[in-house]
Amino acid sequence: MGNVPTTVKHCLSYEQLIQDYPWLRRWLLQEKEIVPTGVKIQLIDMLSGTGLHVIEATSFVSSKWVPQMADHTEVLRGIQRAPHVQYPVLTPNLQGFQDAVAAGATEVAVFGSASETFSKKNINCSIDESMLRFEEVINTAKEQQIPVRGYVSCALGCPHEGHIEPSKVAEVAKKLYEMGCYEISLGDTIGVGTPGSMFKMLQCVMKEVPADALAVHCHDTYGQALPNILTALQMGVCVVDSAVAGLGGCPYAQGSSGNVSTEDVLYMLHGMGIETGVNLAKVVEAGDFICNALCRKTNSKVAKARGRTL
Amino acid sequence: FSENLQCQALPEKVKIVEVGPRDGLQNEKTIVPTETKIHLIDMLSVSGLPVIEATSFVSPKWVPQMADQVEVMKGICRQPGVSYPVLTPNLKGFQAAVKAGASEVAIFGAASELFSKKNINCSVDESLQRFDEVMKAAKEAGVPVRGYVSCVLGCPYEGKVAPEKVAHVAKSLYSMGCYEISLGDTIGVGTPGSMSEMLEAVSREVPVNALAVHCHDTYGQALANILVALQMGISVVDSSVAGLGGCPYAQGASGNVATEDVVYMLHGLGIQTGVDLSKLMDAGAFICRSLNRKTNSKVSQATCKL
Repeated sequence: MGNVPTTVKHCLSYEQLIQDYPWLRRWLLQEKEIVPTGVKIQLIDMLSGTGLHVIEATSFVSSKWVPQMADHTEVLRGIQRAPHVQYPVLTPNLQGFQDAVAAGATEVAVFGSASETFSKKNINCSIDESMLRFEEVINTAKEQQIPVRGYVSCALGCPHEGHIEPSKVAEVAKKLYEMGCYEISLGDTIGVGTPGSMFKMLQCVMKEVPADALAVHCHDTYGQALPNILTALQMGVCVVDSAVAGLGGCPYAQGSSGNVSTEDVLYMLHGMGIETGVNLAKVVEAGDFICNALCRKTNSKVAKARGRTL
Repeated sequence: FSENLQCQALPEKVKIVEVGPRDGLQNEKTIVPTETKIHLIDMLSVSGLPVIEATSFVSPKWVPQMADQVEVMKGICRQPGVSYPVLTPNLKGFQAAVKAGASEVAIFGAASELFSKKNINCSVDESLQRFDEVMKAAKEAGVPVRGYVSCVLGCPYEGKVAPEKVAHVAKSLYSMGCYEISLGDTIGVGTPGSMSEMLEAVSREVPVNALAVHCHDTYGQALANILVALQMGISVVDSSVAGLGGCPYAQGASGNVATEDVVYMLHGLGIQTGVDLSKLMDAGAFICRSLNRKTNSKVSQATCKL
């Protein structure tokens, strides 16, 4: 039989297997209407009761650029933190980091890119310049013993540059890891990756960063997220990012899906005998809640099927 | 792990069996005009697909969508090198199919007793006996027969289905003379876990090069399940253009996996299919316009909007 059972045995030896992120920040960025603070807080509180270990709560970017995250302080202060759950927040620079800590953040995240063009268009600076910015954040975080997670976007393709060399992804991942990020999440930002490109990219990155410090953040724009995640698991990755109800479209393919649904990921993992500690039914409930609040349908096939099974 | 993956050679080529015109349309509510079906098949015929399931010779009383079976068979423009199998539930259907020009047929068994009774009103063993007649007639006429096994990873009535039961039915169909057995996750509940368990059991009874997988995407698991099947040596995959054909057991939920999404994954893995993805997407766009519905293919959705 293939190496799937081996992978299952391997993964079962990890305590905190899967960290799921609802990516509030990302998907809310796509939502045109500003979501009330109360709704965001309720969503996070519901997710806190599902068994998820990590819930990315908000983002300390300037509200001028991201009005959806203007209430970052109220959200962080308003949520009911569950014991043993982490609530990281995005901090693009030192100012954001300081605001985050003042608001009670105990974990932060920084965002690099494997594509120069994407870096320039997204955060208005080159990859090297962004690393200098993040170095400030990471060094300050170290002093305060606040863990920092690093993201690398465009790991399997860029909306502007097209193909991205695995060696470039490895270079950026290595830089973030050596600067002090405890974990590097490799993002297929436009969802173009397949198990083929995922395998090649991870093979390269794993030469520079240990597998147990890696995570995958797959988008489902081309329907490839689950087989890509499966490939990553088979290669020893044990941390997976996902978004409840698969919310958060793709800004580069209007109307298309973006984030992979947490519910669909969980269904696959549980079906493979992999422990996540997460209660799927409760995640479906949280997904139903936020979809009702946003007046939109879920992107999760599991949620759709469960709602309608005869 | 990466060494394991590398050594575990994926097939160089995969044969895609396009079931949209039959399995897909059969599960669409709108009755599609004959000319539309013919045009769809003709578009698919030039996309490089090697096998296109054209229609079904069941009684139109049960499946009104397939009432124009003879006109469709006679109206399509057959491409050389492309097969056009048709479903034949019994001897009468087989005879009508051959008369209408069919040169390959398919028969359907179930791995679940309850499903067999509810779907075709007889037990699994009774259905296999019925197909025996078809097999004999097909052998005499030199017509190849493909066998389908449904509910291989779960049943809407029985729930869990034992892999040994799937292996038993697959073996029976193979021993009867089916050249290929397509294993169907009818309600899409399977995962890479249950897929590998089932395939392990079946491949002990039927050679892996005579097996195909027919995955439904109702729970979003189809592509992951197909990937595992490929890793276990399967090189024939059933799919439906635009992901046509919902799930009759979960209203509004998706059913068949979209051919476009399968081809995208296979090409990304460096696996040859012979299929031209953009021509395939054209066919998908055509049938969706005709049905006045959106595609279920994520590749099509994404490509049209970049």
